[in-house]
Amino acid sequence: MALTGLEIFKLLPKTNCKKCGMPTCLAFAMQLAQKRAKLDSCPDVSEEAKNTLAAAAAPPMRKVVFGSGDHQVQIGQETVMFRHEEKFYSPTVLAATISDKLTGPDLQNRIKAINALRFERVGVRIGAGAIAVINDSGQADAFAAAAETAAQSSPFALILVSDSPQAMAAAVAKTAKFVPLIANATNDNAQEMAKIAKENKCPIVAKADSLESLCGLTEKIKSLGIEDIVLNLQTETLRDKLYNLSRMRVLSLKKVFRPLGYPTISFVAGDADQQAAAAVGLACKYSGVVALDTVEQYVFLPIATAVMNIFTDPQKPVQVEPKIYTVGEPDENSPVLFTTNFSLTYYTVESDVEASRVPSYILVVDTEGTSVLTAYSGDKLNEKIVADAMTKCNVQDLVKHRKLIIPGYVAVMSGKLEEATNWEVMVGPRESSMLPKYLKEVWK
Amino acid sequence: MPVPEVLESFAGSVNRITLGSTKDTGGSRTSTITVGGARNVVYAGSAEDAGEKPVIAIDIMDVPPEDWPDILIEPYKDVIKNPADWAKKAVNEFGADLICVKFDGIHPDKANKDAAAAVKVTEDVLKAVGVPLILWGCGNNEKDNQIIPKISEAAKGQNCLLGAAEQDNYKSITAVALADGHNLITEAPLDINIGKQVNILVSDMGFPLEKIVTFQDTGALGYGIEYSYSIQERQRLAALAGDKMMAMPAICDVGYEAWRVKEARLADAPGWGNVEDRGPMWEAATAICLLQAGADIIRMRHPRAVAAVKNFINQIWKRVSA
Repeated sequence: MALTGLEIFKLLPKTNCKKCGMPTCLAFAMQLAQKRAKLDSCPDVSEEAKNTLAAAAAPPMRKVVFGSGDHQVQIGQETVMFRHEEKFYSPTVLAATISDKLTGPDLQNRIKAINALRFERVGVRIGAGAIAVINDSGQADAFAAAAETAAQSSPFALILVSDSPQAMAAAVAKTAKFVPLIANATNDNAQEMAKIAKENKCPIVAKADSLESLCGLTEKIKSLGIEDIVLNLQTETLRDKLYNLSRMRVLSLKKVFRPLGYPTISFVAGDADQQAAAAVGLACKYSGVVALDTVEQYVFLPIATAVMNIFTDPQKPVQVEPKIYTVGEPDENSPVLFTTNFSLTYYTVESDVEASRVPSYILVVDTEGTSVLTAYSGDKLNEKIVADAMTKCNVQDLVKHRKLIIPGYVAVMSGKLEEATNWEVMVGPRESSMLPKYLKEVWK
Repeated sequence: MPVPEVLESFAGSVNRITLGSTKDTGGSRTSTITVGGARNVVYAGSAEDAGEKPVIAIDIMDVPPEDWPDILIEPYKDVIKNPADWAKKAVNEFGADLICVKFDGIHPDKANKDAAAAVKVTEDVLKAVGVPLILWGCGNNEKDNQIIPKISEAAKGQNCLLGAAEQDNYKSITAVALADGHNLITEAPLDINIGKQVNILVSDMGFPLEKIVTFQDTGALGYGIEYSYSIQERQRLAALAGDKMMAMPAICDVGYEAWRVKEARLADAPGWGNVEDRGPMWEAATAICLLQAGADIIRMRHPRAVAAVKNFINQIWKRVSA
């Protein structure tokens, strides 16, 4: 938790020496509290004060990075419980598991299936972000071999899952340059696992079956010189898991309880549908990594979309690029509709036009990401803006006719728009859901 | 190592509301459903603070739907022309906690059915199943105001949930819900301020706040669910802070929204998985997402999605009241 100016003042030398450039130590403390000054400016500050201030300045939930290069992923550093309070920073990393019992073509096929868990959505790549190799075999050699193959044949960040320090050492020896996430350190093997993590500069997962024991474990790992820790709380039920994840989030963010100030990882089990359901819950409610034991695309697509949606910045309206979009394969006789570049508006219109099965052009007008009515009342949508957008997109060259379908909510701009464009304005429905009927019956 | 307590208690809670009326209270339902009652945000506090289990209402349509994709028609193909049989199947085979009869068929641009047809559907479904009903109009103000009073009257004394009162069309439905002893859905277009405003408007007409369920409009996964999600979370927080005008249980319309989008419908989509699995999963994922934000009643369609969501609910919520 950030310290107040007065709390900082108590830690300063109180000499009012002015060497920092401020008239008094109190003034300097106030500047520090507002992050307008750096502690380095004070030549006489004690080591103790430096440490206290550095600890207080650390984020309540640590950021942990694993994977290398383009495959690197980041979890943690969250600041709020609810996305509307600010935003969620690090989208949940989805992982697919792979057993080290698989060899040869089976191993390759599983990796291939995992590599196909990538989708493109509004120009953004979503899907799996990590591949979790599980030491089911209990053998160090098999684990190391599977880990190496996975690291080399998959574009995803690597998670190594074994409770055996021998197996972990063997696998990390083959994959250290990929910066794998080492899972799991437990109360029994913490010393050895921490050594592997430290020597290879990898983050580590702390696994325990109660919050109390988890806290003890993270403190122990920290004392061994490792700060990049991910929490794995084992619970009997999904209910316990979700309740505890919420509790851990409150403890780290609201109470700044350092032993739990790390991101989390969860493994889900069950049939594919159950895993999908659990994963959506875990992604929304505070698991930094969710590892699934399935490689079904129909499972990953909705979960990845949920992560994308929940982790969007609520302060920024999501916009689509203002341009001409086509639905189906429109020709010179197809209808032209316009709407705004607020993504929600556009996607609703797009999906309804698609449902009509009438090939169409949708002109997206730049209204700074506002909806039709908001844009109109804020003068971000008027006849001039629409006419300019039509010219810019060369709408006149796309179709032979000169008819423009406008949103029913801005019927009032018809006259001026006709004057500005010399196109015939057709007033569409107010509700986008009536577009299929409109396109089929009114537009012909 | 000792872990600090995070006890947080709130002044307010979500209203508890019971739908349906059995013989004892003058209705003909064989069971009732109670929703709401949460005293904390989802997953905070104790499992008891979570209130009643969220429930699933399976949609049945008064006329056979025209725009449903084949995979959604498939489970209902033998009953799709008969709302009563459809309702029975939804309850007996697919485990619907309640039935939502959606009267799209009365819309002037659709089948344009008259009051007599709508009343018959209501009566048939009431006879066919014993669970509580949601009776929901078509969204055309004029037609709803003409027909919902008749539907409401046909279900008088059954303590149904009637939808939906909107900011610019609430008087008629509020009056009949009051007269016929039903509960009321208040609807707002993804705008929490309008949501509150509609509640104020209907309560100004003397409608009891504890018989209202709010519908803040639903965005499907990938199509604005984050707006619904945050409004739902803010509504819950407002209820906990003691705002009586926001303390209602919430209903979400997942079935309609999820099955509109291409991810649920598109058969030919390489790299997205089989549409037979993907469609139901899109619906289930939309529902589960909204459960994280505090939805109490979820309208759904596909039996496989219903099963996945019920399974999730049963793992998380304990049933509180009898």
